[in-house]
Amino acid sequence: MTESTFSRKDLIGVLTFAALILVVLPMALDPFRLNLVGKYLTYGFVALGLVLSWGDAGILSLGQGIFFGLGGYCMAMFLKLEASTPAATKIQSTPGIPDFMDWNQLTALPWFWRPFHSLAFTIAAVPLVPALLAFVIGLAMFKRRVGGTYFAIITQAIAAILTILIIGQQGYTGGVNGITDLRTLLGWDIRTDHAKLVLYFISGGLLIACLVAAQTVRRSKLGRILLAMREREDRVRFSGYDVANFKIFVFCVAAALAGIGGAMFTLQVGFMSPSFVGIVPSIELVIFAAVGGRSSLLGALYGTLLVNWAKTTFSEDLPQLWLLAMGAMFIAVVVLFPNGLAGLVQDRLAPLLARLRPQRPELQQVAPAAVDASNQGVAR
Amino acid sequence: MTEPADFLLAVEGLSVSFDGFKAVDDLSFYVDANEIRVIIGPNGAGKTTVLDLICGRTRASAGSVRFRGRELTRLKEHQIVQAGVGRKFQTPSIYEELTVFENLEISFPRGRSVFGALAFRRDEAVRERVREIASLIFLEPMLGERAEALSHGQKQWLEIGMLLIQDPALLMLDEPVAGMSVSERRKTAELLRRVLRDRAVLVIEHDMGFVEDIAHRVTVLHQGRVLSEGSMQHVKADPKVVEVYLGH
Ligand SMILES: Nc1ncnc2c1ncn2[C@@H]1O[C@H](COP(=O)(O)OP(=O)(O)O)[C@@H](O)[C@H]1O
Ligand SMILES: [Mg+2]
Repeated sequence: MTESTFSRKDLIGVLTFAALILVVLPMALDPFRLNLVGKYLTYGFVALGLVLSWGDAGILSLGQGIFFGLGGYCMAMFLKLEASTPAATKIQSTPGIPDFMDWNQLTALPWFWRPFHSLAFTIAAVPLVPALLAFVIGLAMFKRRVGGTYFAIITQAIAAILTILIIGQQGYTGGVNGITDLRTLLGWDIRTDHAKLVLYFISGGLLIACLVAAQTVRRSKLGRILLAMREREDRVRFSGYDVANFKIFVFCVAAALAGIGGAMFTLQVGFMSPSFVGIVPSIELVIFAAVGGRSSLLGALYGTLLVNWAKTTFSEDLPQLWLLAMGAMFIAVVVLFPNGLAGLVQDRLAPLLARLRPQRPELQQVAPAAVDASNQGVAR
Repeated sequence: MTEPADFLLAVEGLSVSFDGFKAVDDLSFYVDANEIRVIIGPNGAGKTTVLDLICGRTRASAGSVRFRGRELTRLKEHQIVQAGVGRKFQTPSIYEELTVFENLEISFPRGRSVFGALAFRRDEAVRERVREIASLIFLEPMLGERAEALSHGQKQWLEIGMLLIQDPALLMLDEPVAGMSVSERRKTAELLRRVLRDRAVLVIEHDMGFVEDIAHRVTVLHQGRVLSEGSMQHVKADPKVVEVYLGH
């Protein structure tokens, strides 16, 4: 019988990944490079959500930057308020409000900024604000059975609109520069090397927790319903399920994950700006997941790390070529290797390994096989 | 027209048109509890569309479908299923990427809400029921196989099994033996006779031998209307039926 719960294979996959990001990389890399990896890992949260919503449920969102950005902005708002004490801003015409508000002639903190004085509220808002927006979008789209390409285009449009809104409403959002000059978290300076190291581990630990949660969802009946829905939506509907609710749910989960990633990004990089919200970053996020493998959580995570590593390396030397390389990668992944690196490893390596090992009678699901294979291949 | 309370399904004045073309035109018929009703008729007569209308896949432009006294035309598809109507599609509609077991498990009527599905546990009751259905549809040895590995006939059985596990009071089958070998047809007829006892069944079928084998009553559809209705003997002898359908 197929796996219906978290299996030993899953556990080995998670532990290998955990060992890589929590032990191997921190030992092997200097603080600057490790901070870069920390930044890549925040995209990993988005990749996990894309595996669930796109890989499993077949819902391609080209607007995950929206949710990444919202989570990031929530965190940035909290940090900005903490950095904008009356003492620190006494040269402003209105002390005690963020500097960009003062530059834009605002004289009081807007109402929606106020709750972000509270860290508890902020922590709740980081996943919930993106999930709420996803819920509204999902309700409007999926209940009306809008899907496929139309849905992808609409998410792009929303990403574009949100970017324009953020840039246009400078006084409330910091405009095109975003929210910058973030300093402390409850008095703890987040700009020091030591703080960055601690934040790296928090981010990595959270990512692993989210990985386990996502894997648990995939191993539940809900996970199998998502696959069934992608293949035969009508059959699922005529088996008594309200298909739209499942799509809304998985889209909200993907949004919440992206939001957490965005918040960890803000913490580690020290600012948030509309350049992470719009169309191009949203497509990039999809490419990260696609290259690794959209039907494998671990594949997508390794892919995200690899592509970003390549991006950093390339853009240092040949920035123009990077866009081309990325486009080529995307086309290759879509046309030639729909399951990305994980699929490639699974198709090439798994048969080899199977020949070495005596075949067990049970049939394995695709997903665990891919996860396992991607581990053995990509992690090396 | 009044609806006697003991009809399980009462279809009255049902109509739908596609771009002005009346695919189903003021159609009425009644199905008793535990009745096996076969719908026959030439291609394009509107047979599949009738099933689509009953199960909510297509919205009626006029008329009513009452099932156990409940109006179905206003319900959503999944609510119609939950009310006790199961529908098999014309081409096998199963989840090829999942195993036979998982196909049946997803159809098991428990944990159908989002959080119900998250909390769903594959307990002994589920395993027991899946095995029971699998042996009924001749697929017990295949439970661990991916459904894509099944033959065409086995896929048809699997889809029938996916409906049976829901234990619907009305089962609707669209050409269940189309494309099957002779021996598969025989097994299917046997399977249907065995499982159809405690429920009403609405079957669309072209295979006359098969129809004679299982039908209690037959409704002949032509251009979206009832051409003839009654026992197989009756409709076979009806000159209108011979002319438009059986004559060819
Ligand atoms: N969704 C649809 N849109 C347009 N025309 C349709 C649709 N569904 C069915 N039809 C038309 O309605 C008629 C009846 O089709 P159908 O019910 O499939 O016939 P049968 O199952 O009896 O062969 C056909 O002429 C078909 O082309
Ligand atoms: Mg038909």
